[in-house]
Amino acid sequence: MAAPQRRLIFKHIDAPGYTNDIDCYIKHGGYDDLKKSITMEPTAIKDEVKKSQLRGRGGAGFSCGMKWSFIDAKKVTKPIYLICNADESEPGTFKDRQIIHKDPHQLIEGMIISCFANSVKLAYLYIRGEFPEGAKILERAIEEARAKNFIGKNILGTGYELEIYIHRGAGAYICGEETGLIESLEGKRAYPRIKPPYFPAVLGLYMCPTIVNNVETLCNVKHVINMGGEAFAKIGTPNNTGTRVLCVSGDVNKPGYYEFECGSLTMGELINDVCGGIRNGRKLKAVIPGGSSAKVLRAGEKFKLKQKGADGAMVDKEITLEDIPVDFDSFAAVGTMAGSGGVIVMDDSRDMVECLANISEFYAHESCGQCTPCREGSLWMKKITHRMAHGQARKEDSALLKNVADNIAGRTICAFGEACSWPVQSFLAKFPEEFQAKANKDEELVLGK
Amino acid sequence: MAITLLPEFENKIETAITHYPVSKRSASLPLLHLWQEEFGHISDEAIDWIAAKLDLQPINILELVTFYPMFRRQPFGKHHIRICRTLSCALGGSYETHACFKKATGAEGDDHGPVSSPDGKYTIEFVECLASCGTAPVVMMNDDFYEDVNESKIQELLQKYQ
Ligand SMILES: Cc1cc2nc3c(=O)[nH]c(=O)nc-3n(C[C@H](O)[C@H](O)[C@H](O)COP(=O)(O)O)c2cc1C
Ligand code: SF4
Ligand code: FES
Repeated sequence: MAAPQRRLIFKHIDAPGYTNDIDCYIKHGGYDDLKKSITMEPTAIKDEVKKSQLRGRGGAGFSCGMKWSFIDAKKVTKPIYLICNADESEPGTFKDRQIIHKDPHQLIEGMIISCFANSVKLAYLYIRGEFPEGAKILERAIEEARAKNFIGKNILGTGYELEIYIHRGAGAYICGEETGLIESLEGKRAYPRIKPPYFPAVLGLYMCPTIVNNVETLCNVKHVINMGGEAFAKIGTPNNTGTRVLCVSGDVNKPGYYEFECGSLTMGELINDVCGGIRNGRKLKAVIPGGSSAKVLRAGEKFKLKQKGADGAMVDKEITLEDIPVDFDSFAAVGTMAGSGGVIVMDDSRDMVECLANISEFYAHESCGQCTPCREGSLWMKKITHRMAHGQARKEDSALLKNVADNIAGRTICAFGEACSWPVQSFLAKFPEEFQAKANKDEELVLGK
Repeated sequence: MAITLLPEFENKIETAITHYPVSKRSASLPLLHLWQEEFGHISDEAIDWIAAKLDLQPINILELVTFYPMFRRQPFGKHHIRICRTLSCALGGSYETHACFKKATGAEGDDHGPVSSPDGKYTIEFVECLASCGTAPVVMMNDDFYEDVNESKIQELLQKYQ
């Protein structure tokens, strides 16, 4: 049986009687952590975040403490900006929406603490355009926080000053990529910047040092301050600290969002115990574990993972998809990624070529078009997967598809190049017989209906 | 170019610009949003007006309208119906939902881009993941959000949005 949920970030979300206004938030201890933080030295807050080993929840899983340490407020002469990435557009991911709609003050409090820690006086909350209601809720939350003097001039009498503004995107996925986001916030097309030299910590918004963090990451900062970095680091497993909000969608009986200590349950427990198994009495066929960009895993596949043996020593174990612990490092070890926490489940009635065609269409639509391999390649991958899915496959299509994908990853300005080629490479590698069957026009063989 | 704008609308514009003390150009997207909410689409006049307001060239605004999918150069129907196309929603039946909306409203044409019903009441559009994949298929009726929209719910929604 799976470990029980541990709700830290989603503690109040969907709790009966809990509302998204500031009074309710304060009644539940809200803004106490801000009051505590603002009496601390900013560097002491940064130390706690470092000790917590908090990793970013936006996709890359980068250490938050490390990201913050790139900027030394004492040495920097330019203003420092902080941006909350609320673009939430990675297919399969739907956690930030819940926080924004149901507990916006948790995010605002986390943001203010993070701004104070990094000597930020002006911050933006970049929210995707398709969240019009979320943007209104956040506008109101900011007004409420301002009325209580948590935002604005001379915050809580300390002399600290901070403004936070909402900035709405307009339907482009690439605005989730942090440098694309920055360009968009500057009023331009969201063309990601090349790194080096344009690391946000050095040349970010308006060419000033900038911190970009995901919604869930910033919420976590509040809890790090609440319990202290060391206590936070005890939740989860070493290097995979804290909780993880998992968004499960696709062919399960109980899709939804669930929060667990990192590494406290396996994929099998998540799918079978927590989500009630595969719907319509079918069997598991494949899982995309961390948003559509993550490499697909196939049911029945065997993976090698280093785990603690009976005598405490680390041994190589052969495990199945169902045995994979849900945390950053385990997913990386089996060749995919924990990404944004979006778990997409597919049952044995699904046509993998069709699923890939759907994903490829997304990337073809969303490429910003700056880099030739990505702009042209994403369209080619869409065209080829579509003709394969629609009974017009050519003999050479699997090889052609692989060739296109292999020539995108690693040759582009931003990680979208990997994001669009990983699904293609992994679907081809894991389900070669389905692609081949399309080329042979022998579908029955594959679906085993 | 004779556009008269309501003072209330101009106030909103002025407020939006104050949110970007470092660079007025940053207010381009907010101004485009405000304009589209007020007038329904981004006309040539809108592009010239916003560019002038922010001390930019019209091309600086036009290139945004052609890049960001949410902005449109033509008027849409009275109600804008957005249906999520991406994987989880597709697994949940969003292609059927999309086809059913088109059939029920008489909208025909291109599978992807926006298509309008002959009476001009609805514009139907397939869009990418709306970040609610656990309640697939999901639909936006104008700015309102609906979950689990399968074929049985479509008539009810169309009744509600007349
Ligand atoms: C193509 C692409 C899309 C992304 N979309 C998002 C997104 O929607 N939300 C998000 O928080 N991060 C997204 N990211 C990751 C951001 O670039 C960035 O790493 C993240 O916001 C950093 O925050 P964190 O360290 O708190 O995770 C995306 C990255 C890429 C390459
Ligand atoms: S990889 Fe693709 S999305 Fe990223 S900058 Fe290049 S063209 Fe744009
Ligand atoms: S796939 Fe439809 S909301 Fe995410």
